[in-house]
Amino acid sequence: MKLFLVACAALSLCLPLHAKEAAPLAEDPVVEKRLINISEELRCLVCQNESLAGSQAELAKDLREEVRGLIKEGKSDSEVKDFLVSRYGDFVLYRPQIKPSTYLLWAGPFLLLFIGLFTLFRFLKQRSKEVVDTPLSDEEKKRAEALLKDAQS
Amino acid sequence: MNKFTLPLVGFIALVALLAVGLGLNPREVPSPLVGKPAPDFKVPQLHDPNASFSPNEMLGKVWLFNVWASWCVSCREEHPIIVEYTKRPDAIPVIGLNYKDKREDGQRWLARFGDPYVLSAFDLDGRVGINYGVYGVPETYLIDKQGVIRFKQIGPITPTVLEEKILPLIKELNK
Repeated sequence: MKLFLVACAALSLCLPLHAKEAAPLAEDPVVEKRLINISEELRCLVCQNESLAGSQAELAKDLREEVRGLIKEGKSDSEVKDFLVSRYGDFVLYRPQIKPSTYLLWAGPFLLLFIGLFTLFRFLKQRSKEVVDTPLSDEEKKRAEALLKDAQS
Repeated sequence: MNKFTLPLVGFIALVALLAVGLGLNPREVPSPLVGKPAPDFKVPQLHDPNASFSPNEMLGKVWLFNVWASWCVSCREEHPIIVEYTKRPDAIPVIGLNYKDKREDGQRWLARFGDPYVLSAFDLDGRVGINYGVYGVPETYLIDKQGVIRFKQIGPITPTVLEEKILPLIKELNK
Protein backbone atom coordinates (compact mmCIF):
# COMPACT_ATOMS: atom_id res chain seq x y z
CA MET A 1 0.00 0.00 0.00
CA LYS A 2 2.78 2.36 0.97
CA LEU A 3 4.61 1.55 -2.21
CA PHE A 4 1.45 2.22 -4.22
CA LEU A 5 1.06 5.65 -2.63
CA VAL A 6 4.68 6.50 -3.36
CA ALA A 7 4.18 5.41 -6.96
CA CYS A 8 1.08 7.58 -7.24
CA ALA A 9 2.95 10.54 -5.81
CA ALA A 10 5.79 9.97 -8.24
CA LEU A 11 3.38 9.76 -11.18
CA SER A 12 1.55 12.89 -10.18
CA LEU A 13 4.90 14.67 -10.17
CA CYS A 14 5.35 13.76 -13.81
CA LEU A 15 1.95 15.02 -14.89
CA PRO A 16 2.37 18.80 -14.74
CA LEU A 17 5.67 18.49 -16.60
CA HIS A 18 3.97 16.85 -19.57
CA ALA A 19 1.18 19.38 -19.55
CA LYS A 20 3.70 22.19 -19.67
CA GLU A 21 5.56 20.79 -22.67
CA ALA A 22 2.43 20.32 -24.72
CA ALA A 23 1.11 23.79 -23.96
CA PRO A 24 2.40 25.83 -26.94
CA LEU A 25 0.59 23.63 -29.47
CA ALA A 26 -2.81 23.86 -27.86
CA GLU A 27 -2.39 27.52 -27.02
CA ASP A 28 -4.84 28.79 -29.60
CA PRO A 29 -6.39 26.15 -31.87
CA VAL A 30 -7.53 28.70 -34.46
CA VAL A 31 -4.05 30.22 -34.81
CA GLU A 32 -2.46 26.76 -34.93
CA LYS A 33 -4.84 25.59 -37.64
CA ARG A 34 -4.08 28.60 -39.78
CA LEU A 35 -0.37 28.18 -39.09
CA ILE A 36 -0.51 24.60 -40.36
CA ASN A 37 -2.59 25.58 -43.39
CA ILE A 38 -0.19 28.33 -44.38
CA SER A 39 3.02 26.50 -43.63
CA GLU A 40 1.99 23.44 -45.62
CA GLU A 41 2.01 25.67 -48.69
CA LEU A 42 5.52 26.90 -47.93
CA ARG A 43 8.85 25.27 -48.60
CA CYS A 44 11.46 24.91 -45.90
CA LEU A 45 14.68 26.37 -47.31
CA VAL A 46 16.95 24.10 -45.33
CA CYS A 47 15.35 20.75 -46.23
CA GLN A 48 14.03 21.80 -49.59
CA ASN A 49 11.73 18.85 -50.10
CA GLU A 50 9.88 19.41 -46.86
CA SER A 51 7.17 21.89 -46.13
CA LEU A 52 7.57 24.47 -43.44
CA ALA A 53 4.89 22.63 -41.49
CA GLY A 54 6.74 19.32 -41.45
CA SER A 55 10.36 20.36 -41.18
CA GLN A 56 12.36 19.88 -38.00
CA ALA A 57 15.09 22.28 -39.14
CA GLU A 58 15.98 25.04 -36.73
CA LEU A 59 15.11 27.72 -39.28
CA ALA A 60 11.70 26.15 -39.92
CA LYS A 61 10.94 26.34 -36.19
CA ASP A 62 11.92 30.01 -36.14
CA LEU A 63 9.84 30.74 -39.21
CA ARG A 64 6.80 28.94 -37.80
CA GLU A 65 7.20 31.07 -34.69
CA GLU A 66 7.40 34.17 -36.90
CA VAL A 67 4.28 33.12 -38.85
CA ARG A 68 2.46 32.44 -35.58
CA GLY A 69 3.32 35.97 -34.48
CA LEU A 70 2.07 37.45 -37.75
CA ILE A 71 -1.22 35.56 -37.50
CA LYS A 72 -1.72 36.84 -33.96
CA GLU A 73 -1.09 40.37 -35.26
CA GLY A 74 -4.10 39.79 -37.49
CA LYS A 75 -2.29 39.44 -40.82
CA SER A 76 -4.14 37.65 -43.62
CA ASP A 77 -2.82 34.46 -45.20
CA SER A 78 -1.57 36.27 -48.29
CA GLU A 79 0.11 38.93 -46.18
CA VAL A 80 1.98 36.22 -44.28
CA LYS A 81 3.08 34.63 -47.56
CA ASP A 82 4.17 38.00 -48.94
CA PHE A 83 6.24 38.51 -45.80
CA LEU A 84 8.19 35.32 -46.50
CA VAL A 85 8.38 35.84 -50.27
CA SER A 86 9.86 39.31 -49.81
CA ARG A 87 12.66 37.76 -47.76
CA TYR A 88 13.24 34.34 -49.29
CA GLY A 89 11.87 34.73 -52.80
CA ASP A 90 9.20 32.92 -54.83
CA PHE A 91 11.05 29.69 -54.11
CA VAL A 92 9.29 29.35 -50.73
CA LEU A 93 5.92 28.98 -52.43
CA TYR A 94 4.96 25.47 -53.47
CA ARG A 95 2.23 26.99 -55.62
CA PRO A 96 3.97 29.69 -57.68
CA GLN A 97 2.09 32.93 -58.32
CA ILE A 98 0.86 33.64 -61.84
CA LYS A 99 2.92 36.55 -63.16
CA PRO A 100 5.02 37.29 -66.27
CA SER A 101 8.05 35.31 -65.06
CA THR A 102 5.93 32.23 -64.35
CA TYR A 103 3.67 32.33 -67.43
CA LEU A 104 5.87 29.77 -69.17
CA LEU A 105 5.80 27.53 -66.09
CA TRP A 106 2.01 27.52 -65.96
CA ALA A 107 1.36 27.43 -69.71
CA GLY A 108 4.31 25.16 -70.60
CA PRO A 109 2.56 21.79 -70.23
CA PHE A 110 -0.42 22.94 -72.30
CA LEU A 111 1.93 24.41 -74.88
CA LEU A 112 3.77 21.09 -75.16
CA LEU A 113 0.46 19.21 -75.46
CA PHE A 114 -0.63 21.58 -78.22
CA ILE A 115 2.65 21.14 -80.11
CA GLY A 116 2.30 17.36 -79.77
CA LEU A 117 -1.27 17.31 -81.07
CA PHE A 118 -0.35 19.63 -83.94
CA THR A 119 2.58 17.42 -84.94
CA LEU A 120 0.44 14.27 -84.74
CA PHE A 121 -2.28 15.86 -86.86
CA ARG A 122 0.20 16.96 -89.52
CA PHE A 123 1.90 13.58 -89.54
CA LEU A 124 -1.41 11.75 -90.06
CA LYS A 125 -2.48 14.11 -92.83
CA GLN A 126 0.88 13.72 -94.56
CA ARG A 127 0.63 9.94 -94.39
CA SER A 128 -2.89 9.75 -95.78
CA LYS A 129 -1.57 11.65 -98.78
CA GLU A 130 1.28 9.17 -99.24
CA VAL A 131 -1.04 6.13 -99.32
CA VAL A 132 -2.00 5.83 -103.02
CA ASP A 133 -5.30 4.26 -104.05
CA THR A 134 -4.57 1.07 -106.07
CA PRO A 135 -7.81 -0.44 -107.41
CA LEU A 136 -7.89 -4.16 -108.20
CA SER A 137 -7.58 -5.27 -111.80
CA ASP A 138 -10.35 -7.52 -113.29
CA GLU A 139 -8.08 -10.51 -112.95
CA GLU A 140 -7.48 -9.85 -109.23
CA LYS A 141 -11.20 -9.21 -108.61
CA LYS A 142 -12.10 -12.62 -110.02
CA ARG A 143 -9.47 -14.30 -107.86
CA ALA A 144 -10.70 -12.48 -104.77
CA GLU A 145 -14.30 -13.51 -105.43
CA ALA A 146 -13.25 -17.08 -105.97
CA LEU A 147 -11.38 -17.08 -102.70
CA LEU A 148 -14.35 -15.61 -100.80
CA LYS A 149 -16.73 -18.20 -102.29
CA ASP A 150 -14.28 -20.90 -101.33
CA ALA A 151 -14.24 -19.71 -97.77
CA GLN A 152 -18.07 -19.62 -97.53
CA SER A 153 -18.70 -23.14 -98.79
CA MET B 1 15.98 17.62 -94.84
CA ASN B 2 16.23 14.10 -93.48
CA LYS B 3 13.16 12.91 -91.58
CA PHE B 4 15.34 12.29 -88.52
CA THR B 5 16.62 15.87 -88.39
CA LEU B 6 13.70 17.37 -86.50
CA PRO B 7 13.44 14.69 -83.77
CA LEU B 8 17.21 14.78 -83.36
CA VAL B 9 17.22 18.56 -82.92
CA GLY B 10 14.40 18.21 -80.41
CA PHE B 11 16.28 15.52 -78.51
CA ILE B 12 19.50 17.55 -78.37
CA ALA B 13 17.56 20.58 -77.13
CA LEU B 14 15.97 18.47 -74.37
CA VAL B 15 19.33 17.02 -73.33
CA ALA B 16 20.85 20.52 -73.25
CA LEU B 17 17.97 21.79 -71.10
CA LEU B 18 18.30 18.91 -68.64
CA ALA B 19 22.10 19.24 -68.53
CA VAL B 20 21.81 22.91 -67.59
CA GLY B 21 19.14 22.07 -65.02
CA LEU B 22 21.29 19.39 -63.41
CA GLY B 23 24.26 21.74 -63.28
CA LEU B 24 22.38 24.33 -61.22
CA ASN B 25 22.81 24.36 -57.47
CA PRO B 26 19.40 24.11 -55.77
CA ARG B 27 20.90 25.64 -52.64
CA GLU B 28 21.46 28.92 -54.43
CA VAL B 29 18.09 30.54 -54.34
CA PRO B 30 18.16 33.99 -55.91
CA SER B 31 17.52 36.52 -53.16
CA PRO B 32 14.70 39.00 -53.71
CA LEU B 33 16.64 41.40 -51.49
CA VAL B 34 19.37 42.12 -54.04
CA GLY B 35 18.72 45.63 -55.36
CA LYS B 36 16.58 46.49 -52.33
CA PRO B 37 17.51 48.56 -49.27
CA ALA B 38 19.13 46.48 -46.53
CA PRO B 39 16.51 45.88 -43.79
CA ASP B 40 17.11 48.04 -40.75
CA PHE B 41 17.59 46.60 -37.28
CA LYS B 42 19.18 47.49 -33.99
CA VAL B 43 20.80 44.75 -31.91
CA PRO B 44 23.53 44.61 -29.27
CA GLN B 45 27.13 44.01 -30.22
CA LEU B 46 28.82 40.69 -29.57
CA HIS B 47 31.66 42.11 -27.51
CA ASP B 48 29.66 44.74 -25.68
CA PRO B 49 26.03 44.05 -24.73
CA ASN B 50 25.56 47.73 -23.91
CA ALA B 51 26.62 48.95 -27.33
CA SER B 52 24.31 48.45 -30.28
CA PHE B 53 24.64 48.34 -34.04
CA SER B 54 22.31 49.45 -36.78
CA PRO B 55 23.05 49.33 -40.54
CA ASN B 56 22.09 53.00 -40.75
CA GLU B 57 25.45 53.82 -39.18
CA MET B 58 27.14 52.52 -42.32
CA LEU B 59 25.37 54.84 -44.79
CA GLY B 60 27.89 56.52 -47.09
CA LYS B 61 30.19 53.50 -47.01
CA VAL B 62 30.44 50.38 -49.10
CA TRP B 63 30.61 47.48 -46.66
CA LEU B 64 30.31 43.74 -46.30
CA PHE B 65 27.84 42.13 -43.92
CA ASN B 66 28.93 38.60 -43.05
CA VAL B 67 26.60 36.24 -41.20
CA TRP B 68 28.51 33.69 -39.15
CA ALA B 69 28.19 31.42 -36.12
CA SER B 70 30.54 29.37 -33.98
CA TRP B 71 28.45 26.25 -34.66
CA CYS B 72 28.76 26.68 -38.41
CA VAL B 73 31.32 24.41 -40.01
CA SER B 74 31.62 26.15 -43.39
CA CYS B 75 32.25 29.44 -41.57
CA ARG B 76 35.57 28.03 -40.49
CA GLU B 77 36.40 27.32 -44.10
CA GLU B 78 35.49 30.85 -45.09
CA HIS B 79 37.00 32.69 -42.14
CA PRO B 80 40.69 32.78 -43.23
CA ILE B 81 39.63 34.33 -46.54
CA ILE B 82 37.88 37.19 -44.74
CA VAL B 83 40.80 37.60 -42.34
CA GLU B 84 43.21 37.81 -45.28
CA TYR B 85 40.96 40.23 -47.14
CA THR B 86 40.72 42.70 -44.26
CA LYS B 87 44.52 42.90 -44.15
CA ARG B 88 44.58 44.50 -47.59
CA PRO B 89 45.17 48.26 -47.58
CA ASP B 90 42.09 48.91 -49.74
CA ALA B 91 39.76 46.58 -47.83
CA ILE B 92 36.25 47.84 -47.10
CA PRO B 93 34.80 47.43 -43.59
CA VAL B 94 33.37 44.00 -42.78
CA ILE B 95 30.61 43.82 -40.16
CA GLY B 96 29.78 40.43 -38.70
CA LEU B 97 26.42 39.11 -37.63
CA ASN B 98 26.81 36.45 -34.99
CA TYR B 99 23.72 34.41 -35.81
CA LYS B 100 21.87 32.31 -33.20
CA ASP B 101 24.96 31.78 -31.13
CA LYS B 102 25.93 31.93 -27.48
CA ARG B 103 27.82 35.07 -26.60
CA GLU B 104 30.75 33.20 -25.01
CA ASP B 105 30.99 30.75 -27.91
CA GLY B 106 31.06 33.54 -30.48
CA GLN B 107 33.72 35.49 -28.59
CA ARG B 108 35.84 32.37 -28.08
CA TRP B 109 35.57 31.50 -31.76
CA LEU B 110 36.85 34.93 -32.81
CA ALA B 111 39.64 34.79 -30.24
CA ARG B 112 40.74 31.47 -31.67
CA PHE B 113 40.45 32.12 -35.41
CA GLY B 114 41.04 35.88 -35.55
CA ASP B 115 38.60 38.78 -35.62
CA PRO B 116 38.46 40.51 -39.01
CA TYR B 117 35.27 42.40 -38.17
CA VAL B 118 34.92 46.07 -37.34
CA LEU B 119 32.31 44.71 -34.96
CA SER B 120 29.90 41.81 -34.77
CA ALA B 121 26.21 42.35 -34.22
CA PHE B 122 24.60 39.77 -31.97
CA ASP B 123 21.45 38.12 -33.31
CA LEU B 124 20.44 35.77 -30.51
CA ASP B 125 16.96 34.73 -31.72
CA GLY B 126 17.67 34.92 -35.46
CA ARG B 127 15.16 37.71 -36.17
CA VAL B 128 17.72 39.80 -38.06
CA GLY B 129 18.55 36.67 -40.03
CA ILE B 130 14.90 36.20 -40.99
CA ASN B 131 14.64 39.80 -42.19
CA TYR B 132 17.72 39.28 -44.35
CA GLY B 133 16.44 35.98 -45.72
CA VAL B 134 19.27 33.97 -44.15
CA TYR B 135 18.77 30.22 -44.47
CA GLY B 136 22.24 28.77 -44.65
CA VAL B 137 25.12 30.28 -42.71
CA PRO B 138 27.56 31.67 -43.82
CA GLU B 139 25.95 34.29 -45.98
CA THR B 140 27.45 37.60 -47.04
CA TYR B 141 25.86 40.79 -48.29
CA LEU B 142 27.59 43.60 -50.15
CA ILE B 143 25.87 46.87 -49.30
CA ASP B 144 26.48 50.14 -51.14
CA LYS B 145 26.74 53.76 -49.97
CA GLN B 146 22.96 54.24 -50.21
CA GLY B 147 22.37 51.17 -48.05
CA VAL B 148 21.18 49.01 -50.94
CA ILE B 149 22.12 45.31 -51.08
CA ARG B 150 24.07 44.81 -54.30
CA PHE B 151 25.21 41.21 -53.97
CA LYS B 152 24.49 38.20 -51.81
CA GLN B 153 26.77 35.22 -51.39
CA ILE B 154 25.04 32.12 -50.05
CA GLY B 155 27.50 29.74 -48.47
CA PRO B 156 31.19 30.40 -47.87
CA ILE B 157 33.07 33.03 -49.84
CA THR B 158 35.68 31.25 -51.93
CA PRO B 159 38.82 32.95 -53.32
CA THR B 160 37.22 32.73 -56.79
CA VAL B 161 34.00 34.44 -55.69
CA LEU B 162 36.01 37.13 -53.92
CA GLU B 163 38.30 37.86 -56.87
CA GLU B 164 35.81 37.52 -59.68
CA LYS B 165 32.57 38.82 -58.22
CA ILE B 166 32.96 40.76 -54.98
CA LEU B 167 36.15 42.75 -55.62
CA PRO B 168 35.14 44.03 -59.10
CA LEU B 169 31.75 45.05 -57.71
CA ILE B 170 33.37 46.87 -54.76
CA LYS B 171 35.60 48.76 -57.20
CA GLU B 172 32.58 49.80 -59.23
CA LEU B 173 30.56 50.85 -56.18
CA ASN B 174 33.46 52.89 -54.76
CA LYS B 175 33.82 54.98 -57.93
